[in-house]
Amino acid sequence: MEVGQMQRQWIDYTRSLFIEGFLDAQFLQLEQLQDDNNPDFVVEVVSLFFQDSHKLLNDLTVALDQKSVDFKMVDAHVHQLKGSSSSIGAQRVKNCCIAFRNLCEEQNIDGCLKCLHQVKQECCLVKNKLETLFRLEQQIMAAGGSIPLMELSF
Amino acid sequence: MNLSNGRGSMSTVTSGAAVKSADAVSDQFPAGLRVLVVDDDPTCLMILEKMLRTCLYEVTKCNTAEKALTLLRKNKNGFDIVISDVHMPDMDGFKLLEHIGLEMDLPVIMMSADDGKNVVMKGVTHGACDYLIKPVRIEALKNIWQHVVRKRKNEWRDTEQSGSAEEGDRQQKASDDADYSSSANESNWRNSKKRRDEEEEAEERDDTSTLKKPRVVWSVELHQQFVAAVDQLGIDKAVPKKILELMNVPGLTRENVASHLQKYRLYLRRLSGVSQHQNNMNSSFMNPQDATFGTISSINGIDLQTLAAAGQLPAQSLATLQAAGLGRSAPKGGLPMPIMDQRNLFSFENPRLRFTEGQQQQQHLSNSKPVNLLHGIPTNMEPKQLASLHQSSQPLGNMTVRVNASTQSNPLLMQMAQSQPRGHMLSENTGPHLPRLPSSLGQPSASNGTSNALMGRNGIAGSTRAPGYNPISQSSSMMNFPINQTTEMPISSFPLGSTPGISSITTKGSFQEEVTSGIKRAGGFVPNYDIFSELQKPHDWEVSNPSLTYNAASQHANPLHGNIDVSPSVLVQQSFSSNQQTGQSRDANTMIVKPIFSASESMEQGTLQNQHLNTLVTDNSIRVKTERIPDASSQTNFYPEHYGQEDLMSALLKQQEGIGPAENDFDFDGYSLDNVPV
Repeated sequence: MEVGQMQRQWIDYTRSLFIEGFLDAQFLQLEQLQDDNNPDFVVEVVSLFFQDSHKLLNDLTVALDQKSVDFKMVDAHVHQLKGSSSSIGAQRVKNCCIAFRNLCEEQNIDGCLKCLHQVKQECCLVKNKLETLFRLEQQIMAAGGSIPLMELSF
Repeated sequence: MNLSNGRGSMSTVTSGAAVKSADAVSDQFPAGLRVLVVDDDPTCLMILEKMLRTCLYEVTKCNTAEKALTLLRKNKNGFDIVISDVHMPDMDGFKLLEHIGLEMDLPVIMMSADDGKNVVMKGVTHGACDYLIKPVRIEALKNIWQHVVRKRKNEWRDTEQSGSAEEGDRQQKASDDADYSSSANESNWRNSKKRRDEEEEAEERDDTSTLKKPRVVWSVELHQQFVAAVDQLGIDKAVPKKILELMNVPGLTRENVASHLQKYRLYLRRLSGVSQHQNNMNSSFMNPQDATFGTISSINGIDLQTLAAAGQLPAQSLATLQAAGLGRSAPKGGLPMPIMDQRNLFSFENPRLRFTEGQQQQQHLSNSKPVNLLHGIPTNMEPKQLASLHQSSQPLGNMTVRVNASTQSNPLLMQMAQSQPRGHMLSENTGPHLPRLPSSLGQPSASNGTSNALMGRNGIAGSTRAPGYNPISQSSSMMNFPINQTTEMPISSFPLGSTPGISSITTKGSFQEEVTSGIKRAGGFVPNYDIFSELQKPHDWEVSNPSLTYNAASQHANPLHGNIDVSPSVLVQQSFSSNQQTGQSRDANTMIVKPIFSASESMEQGTLQNQHLNTLVTDNSIRVKTERIPDASSQTNFYPEHYGQEDLMSALLKQQEGIGPAENDFDFDGYSLDNVPV
């Protein structure tokens, strides 16, 4: 596939991620932070996020599995996940966290478990999407092209 | 890029050019600002670090509060500002804030994904100088340097002003603080905070004033000794003298202890609940004080903040409080009213520099109706002017709504904002209002949620007038309403605007314009810088271009509306009074200049919350431009080219002496309306 085609594909794909709500404008902020000094900044941050969220989700699973659930702790974890997901622009994950926190407040264990499941799913989804995107980027770079500047105008 | 970075121009306000060049001329600051970031979330930490580095700051990051404290203690002067997350596993962010405040007295910005009012309020009461909401945008971080400058400035000011009075005032202040804080209006918040800082700084400063004492650094050991002494005496019986004796530390003075005790008491009060604190304050506040500057200023910034935050219209209350505090003359309703008209906001600044004027303004303000109602029609305004204002207000109203919407949906805004070149708000004049709004809003709001939106709004509403002119309360109120955000930002922005305006009138004609515009503009401080340059073009006034401001003012719907009315009259009055004392006006001028600039800086911050000022500036500038165009048509009796200007001028002049719109180049020595052709 020639570079131009790949770039168009990249643009379309990125756009779809935004339209479908996987990513929000904060992601663009990250992209803007990337420069020649840190050419892999976005990939690094996103990787860090997934590492961290993986741990958080595990902790959450354990916490909700307890006989007597410590909702404060669950809430703290979810809050953290909300913060980090919002920082990278993972919108759907963040929204899930918001719902999750409400359930925590209500101390609704079943609801929390369902939400946890949902959060895990959303994390997986966005992870796959981003991986696809980064792969595409690598291909473009390898073919000598550059990543287009993304501007959203909705 | 960021026009909002109206840096450094504390020096003098001579012209837009000066302002502009200040940016280039000033040393690298804020580049190189030493920031300490504390957050247990590694993703956020990494992003923040990168963002701060992009802002050319020197960043140190740590992921626990303990590490942060260790770092800070090891290197007391190694950092300029601290940014800390609220929720951390080893220590609550607010606790860390307390420690830093007590031991190192550095500005601290709190940060969280939590944007609940309670949490933000906590930040206020604990003395955070700003509160950022995650996800943090780089725009929000670009302006954090203002907190550093503000703090230093306050110290400097305090040193200068309260040197001699300090000692005597201290005791009084200590008791007055509580009093004043009760009716802590947001407008007063800044003042009081500043005052508080000043007092303490003045006391501890090793400065030119002979009354200054060497700065005492409250190390952990020292603080523990202090706490032990206080415990031994019993918190009720703990008086500085006895504490000092018990501590038996050579070189420590009673004043050092007294000031530290004040902080400590606040800290304890916070622990025991804000409400009680407020109650105390409220009752004590009611005691009329000979509101000397000192007294008011001594009001604990934190206390005021708390109270202010509690108020529905923080800006208003602050303004009121401040006005009340500052206005020596019987607060014309300023003192008692925690929630004042938004207009009062702008008197908020005024009192700082000119007490009487502030009062006047206050009255004016209080007379006017709340901003966001289109009713805020200044009595002085002529019907046609009102009409035009009305017109302009409509779009604003819409915008407000937009703002709200945008606030709610940051991503959307951001996206929209993204589509537009970031730092080029100014250049976007030509676009229609609405689109502008989102973009400008988007940027600020993206970072800080509501506060940003507010700021953005302010920016938009108040086209920047001159540096530091705070678009007066109106715009801010405007913003508040639609956005329902009470943030420090608007508050902070206010003071700046109003004060400068007033003083300027007296001293220079150009200032006059500025003042008016500043006032009109509710909320758009930062943009001033932009406007300055803008204004420069059409007019050869020293200060910002009034025309721009005027336009903006008239354009902006309600808020401006009210402002315009008030400002001209207020300004006029003030200028008159100030004229009489040339010497004073000079000083006032200077004084004003400084605050203005700092105001602009703080504007960015939003005082407490800050960050948004940046957006404000940009927003304002944009706003001005866009509005300008439509405005022209709506003007009734203005010359086509200078809408706002003439509008303002005519309003002003008419009020004053029934003179017609002023020409561009009339001499503003004091108040020479004569030159203005009708």
